[in-house]
Amino acid sequence: MLELYDGALHVSEILSRWYDEESESNYGAYIPFIGTVRSEDGIDGLSFDIYEPILQSWFDAWQLRAKEAGAVVKMAHSRGDVMLHESSYIAAIFSPKRRVALEMIETFVEDFKASAPIWKYDLKDSKRIYARERSTPIKGSGILGGKR
Amino acid sequence: MVKVEFLGPISREPMQIDAKTLEDVAKILSEDSQLKEWLESAAVAVNDTLVSSTDVVLKDGDRVSLLPPVCGG
Repeated sequence: MLELYDGALHVSEILSRWYDEESESNYGAYIPFIGTVRSEDGIDGLSFDIYEPILQSWFDAWQLRAKEAGAVVKMAHSRGDVMLHESSYIAAIFSPKRRVALEMIETFVEDFKASAPIWKYDLKDSKRIYARERSTPIKGSGILGGKR
Repeated sequence: MVKVEFLGPISREPMQIDAKTLEDVAKILSEDSQLKEWLESAAVAVNDTLVSSTDVVLKDGDRVSLLPPVCGG
């Protein structure tokens, strides 16, 4: 399940609802990853743009991959502004045994960082500044610029 | 005509251009010096499917999207 919200995530509501959703599913492990906005470089917060059609197809492919391993993946992300110490991202894997979920949460979050069509901006001095240095080109980027 | 969309920080209005292939799209967009720098780092989707080569034939009404480097989370 992919959930997108305007502004910060309500962490306890999302985690407890996901727990309840799978409480009868006989999964032995529920491993969440919660990303929060840290104070650094004088920022007031972060802001996000999302391109939903490609995010959804990327997430659908991950749901299939998780299903093949007997697991379930859930994810929530913010759109717009998220201030310091608030959460903008939660991912979780449920699996029958812990090893699958522990390994998959790492692979999922790393692939998310490299592939999910989401753009991050620093909120600083009332400006919204694209976090270009912290961003990663999606695999296959640059084909219109000569990398063919 | 195909529609070209610029996502996230590229922050440009969509364009309608006359292009039969992605090579044509590359040629037309690289004439704009501000867009040219994005072409080096942007991924490309045709009708919301990412493509890995410019060897793609475009039809009238197709939508080409440029996705600059990402950073979710």
